[in-house]
Amino acid sequence: MNRQVDSATLSGGKLMNRQEEMFTPRLKSRQLRNAIFKWIFFGANVVGLLALVLLLGDVVRDSWGWLDWDFITSFPSRFPEKAGIKAALFGTIWLMVITALVAIPVGVATAVFLEEYARKNRFYAAIQTNISNLAGVPSIVYGILGLTIFVRWMMLGRSILAGGLTMALLILPIIIVAAQESLRSIPNSWRHASLALGATRWQTIRYVVLPASLPGILTGVILALSRAIGETAPLIPVGALTFIMTVPKDFMDPFTVLPIQIYNWTSRPQDEFRCIAAAGIIVLLIVLLSMNATAIFLRNKYQKKVVE
Amino acid sequence: MNNIILSIKNLTVKYGTTVALKNISMEIAQNRITALIGPSGCGKSTLLRSLNRMNDLIEGASVSGQVLYRGEDIYAPSVDPVAVRLQIGMVFQKPNPFPKSIFENVAFGPKINGYRGDLGSLVKQSLQGAGLWEEVKDRLHDNAYALSGGQQQRLCIARALALQPEVLLLDEPCSALDPIATLRIEELIQELKEQLTIVIVTHNMQQASRIADYTAFFLSGELVEYGETEKVFTAPVDKRTEDYITGRFG
Ligand SMILES: Nc1ncnc2c1ncn2[C@@H]1O[C@H](COP(=O)(O)OP(=O)(O)OP(=O)(O)O)[C@@H](O)[C@H]1O
Ligand SMILES: [Mg+2]
Repeated sequence: MNRQVDSATLSGGKLMNRQEEMFTPRLKSRQLRNAIFKWIFFGANVVGLLALVLLLGDVVRDSWGWLDWDFITSFPSRFPEKAGIKAALFGTIWLMVITALVAIPVGVATAVFLEEYARKNRFYAAIQTNISNLAGVPSIVYGILGLTIFVRWMMLGRSILAGGLTMALLILPIIIVAAQESLRSIPNSWRHASLALGATRWQTIRYVVLPASLPGILTGVILALSRAIGETAPLIPVGALTFIMTVPKDFMDPFTVLPIQIYNWTSRPQDEFRCIAAAGIIVLLIVLLSMNATAIFLRNKYQKKVVE
Repeated sequence: MNNIILSIKNLTVKYGTTVALKNISMEIAQNRITALIGPSGCGKSTLLRSLNRMNDLIEGASVSGQVLYRGEDIYAPSVDPVAVRLQIGMVFQKPNPFPKSIFENVAFGPKINGYRGDLGSLVKQSLQGAGLWEEVKDRLHDNAYALSGGQQQRLCIARALALQPEVLLLDEPCSALDPIATLRIEELIQELKEQLTIVIVTHNMQQASRIADYTAFFLSGELVEYGETEKVFTAPVDKRTEDYITGRFG
């Protein structure tokens, strides 16, 4: 009964008779292809990493010695050794807070409406296509829109509020699409379970759907805010300044942001300005990373709660 | 039949243009177990879903006819589907606990419906009712997905029981379970009929004959035969019922 199978059949890649007539597995060449693709993907990774390391190395070397407390607490100046980034740093923080406060609630609410309430008809399809297209519109177009709507029409002037609202418009499609994706990944069986227990649609959304989709939504928020923090083009039409000696005290104050300040410095003839531009880039990166770290921390906290 | 709790009158359900149920009329007895049997796609789940307005959630589904619950049409414009579902609970074919703790799963329905008593003891009582308490009492705050498939299904039953429904609709509750877990749920269902009315969809003939007081046989959207389980299984009136029960098709 229990005949011992010849062990060489496995390690030699040979087949038993019956299979041999039916299949040509060519295991060697398949495994070789597997290995080749693995190395291609690994190589792509290395290219990306290398570029990043070179870039960071260059920036760190340029900024060496320039990035200190004075740099962070000083206003810009015509003299490189006195110039600082305070105005732009505060401007960016203000701008991000306004943008987040506007774009996150509006974006998530829109996604909830589209996924949880709206019927999936032609009207839905039209809106969906438009939102996806908006995510690809060049950012300067949002700047012009912001100039028309917020600066002129709503008479907000060239204020940080107008800038924040413009930036919120820019990242709204990104947040909506990411939140929609996240809501769609929630199985319908959870919604049905909740509704069958006598929950209303809103209770189902509030207590079942949103908690489960929060990690995905936060990931979208991270991506969107990371995009916003580096944008310059949409803020120029709404009046972000390049030389400003105050920090914003309220929503109607003039402002500048880090990328604009950095750009301004890189376009100066003196070499020292290139170094403080590099220092500015480091500050921008730190703000960006700490913002993302907060979002990731929140996401992990919620993810744990969900799968605990 | 004794007291009628649900009375279905000329019920027709369509998905778009396909007719899933054709002019069904039948009555469901209170505190009894009614089994719905028939081949796949004959409309059993559709009927079950139209008894607590879960069909409202399916885009393209349209319902005509009446479903009277204690004499009141649940499809009347003045009726709030949430109120219907509160009294007519449902357990689905695949276990679908929420991604929350065992406790939170059972407490969910009572919480959102403003339960006024002691939540802890209600949860305990519901888990006992579903025969799950002994297995989970030391890990009430673990995630529900740490349970086995059979335990998850009993959790879903406990979750439905926590709302003290009058009617419980079960859509093939044992299809994902092994024979022992199935037997436990069958015992449970028989205990539950003291307190409530049960309508159960099953593909398992033995199960229907073991537990059901009444059995309804469906074929492509039509109600072919309906009566006391004994009669349907031993002396069916319709030839098609006999063929199905004896396994000649389906
Ligand atoms: N959401 C839906 N959209 C369109 N058609 C549907 C939908 N749900 C069910 N149907 C159709 O309605 C008919 C009845 O389906 P139903 O799910 O009620 O059958 P069933 O008896 O429960 O089958 P099974 O035993 O396989 O679960 C089938 O022809 C099915 O294809
Ligand atoms: Mg079904």
